[in-house]
Amino acid sequence: MIRAYLSVFKLRINTGLQYRAAALAGIGTQFFFGSIFIMIFMAFYANSTEAPPMSLSQVITYTWLKQAFLALIMLWIRDNELFQLITSGNIAYEMCRPSGIYGFWYAKLLAQRLSSALLRCFPILIVTVFLPAPYRLELPPDWLTFLLFLAVLTAGTLMVIAISMLIYISVFVTMSPGGSLLIFSIFGEFLSGMVVPVPLMPGWMQDIVYLLPFHWTADFPFRVFTGDISKLDALKGLAAQLAWLAALASFGHYTMNRALRRVVVQGG
Amino acid sequence: MRLYLKYMKMIMKSQMQYRASFLLLAFGQCLTPFTTFAGLYFMFERFGQLKGWSFYEVALCFAVTQMAFSFAEVFGRGFDVFSSLVVSGDFDRLLVRPRGTVLQVFGSRFEFARFGRLLLSVFLLIWAAGNIEVDWTFLKVTTLVLMVVSGVVIFLGIFILAASVSFWTVQGLEIANIFTDGGREMTQYPLNIYQKWVKRVFTFIIPFACFNYLPLLYILERDGAGGHPLYAMLPLAGFLFLAPCLLVWRVGVRHYRSTGS
Repeated sequence: MIRAYLSVFKLRINTGLQYRAAALAGIGTQFFFGSIFIMIFMAFYANSTEAPPMSLSQVITYTWLKQAFLALIMLWIRDNELFQLITSGNIAYEMCRPSGIYGFWYAKLLAQRLSSALLRCFPILIVTVFLPAPYRLELPPDWLTFLLFLAVLTAGTLMVIAISMLIYISVFVTMSPGGSLLIFSIFGEFLSGMVVPVPLMPGWMQDIVYLLPFHWTADFPFRVFTGDISKLDALKGLAAQLAWLAALASFGHYTMNRALRRVVVQGG
Repeated sequence: MRLYLKYMKMIMKSQMQYRASFLLLAFGQCLTPFTTFAGLYFMFERFGQLKGWSFYEVALCFAVTQMAFSFAEVFGRGFDVFSSLVVSGDFDRLLVRPRGTVLQVFGSRFEFARFGRLLLSVFLLIWAAGNIEVDWTFLKVTTLVLMVVSGVVIFLGIFILAASVSFWTVQGLEIANIFTDGGREMTQYPLNIYQKWVKRVFTFIIPFACFNYLPLLYILERDGAGGHPLYAMLPLAGFLFLAPCLLVWRVGVRHYRSTGS
């Protein structure tokens, strides 16, 4: 069973790695967006009277991490093939497979994200570490923090995929992917701190954000990286992430099975 | 023009087929600028000002950009998905028809769901213009309207330019996003908060500043621009940008070789 998932995973990674030119263009775009966001933050910080809850260099590091790991954390990344399977009725073939659809799709989506992130994150991280002062990506304070970051980023990525599985499942009901994808990605993006970093939001908004799963996917790992979150809190957060992951995955599994039972395959 | 309206009606009907998804989409489209605007609001709540610009001033800037962009997107979406026409070889069909290619690509797609976004930006614009401390003279209102129109034209120009690239590369280029989405993201704020190179590129090469930042200076009577009606007429310069874009498109069409699928 696990072997089947692993081979899907490997296959996808290999296909993903072939699009190097596209990745290069993507990297250029991400550098541009990153520097625009940073300039906007710098302009806000320029005349600030009281000390904001996040230092400028932390915000800048946060922004570069966001650009580097975009492929791992953004909800709007989609696999049109899966949408087509559902809407065209070819889902029938998938249902004939010996492995469960949930795990099979999960592995496929994970591999897609990993392959495009692997291509893109290193060039961005390496270049931004060597940028001149205000634009530089500040490395984490020590190795342990870095290892913790890797752990919580992994858990965050697994959560993103569990959430995006829910989008695919919702298409069984609406039969057209645009709407649910958009709603999920807009709210998800805002609530995970991609528009404004969570510490800069007003208190009441932060209260809402901390209730929902989204901020664990991006905001939390990035703040572990900048040292904003202590090591102990990072460990506690990891536990919370795993609990959310288990809840989201089992909910997804359950709703998917229900949706599949109701599937009516049209025509040949 | 009649043909254009006909294209529009056809696509409208087809998009209404999946009603639930359409409504979700319209709602979602309306939310996109809403969340970015919420972000802007939160940042102002935290910091109070942006290099001397007040909240409503930036909100006006934001609204003009959003409105121009959503207009351009509702009507010019065909250019955005143009590369798929080239890949599949379907562009051949357009070439044999007795109409201009620009018009046909224009009519090939409308995103009516994006009206949601347009609506929100109209509301924002009126709200920001009402709250700002400006004596609205006739010339200033004209300038505001011209700003939106000129913004639409510039964004359409960029859409056409980005689509023309696929005559040569077959695939569309992700890098074009810098000028479409990136341009929108950037011009939501007054251009003078950025580094010099950004300001220069987006004033002289792509005239974003002409539809947004510079005429805004006139409306707000900032930096001594109040007395110069020349600033008020700057949005017209945006129209000049369309000429080279259409030229590139023409060269592209002539260069086009079918993929022949």
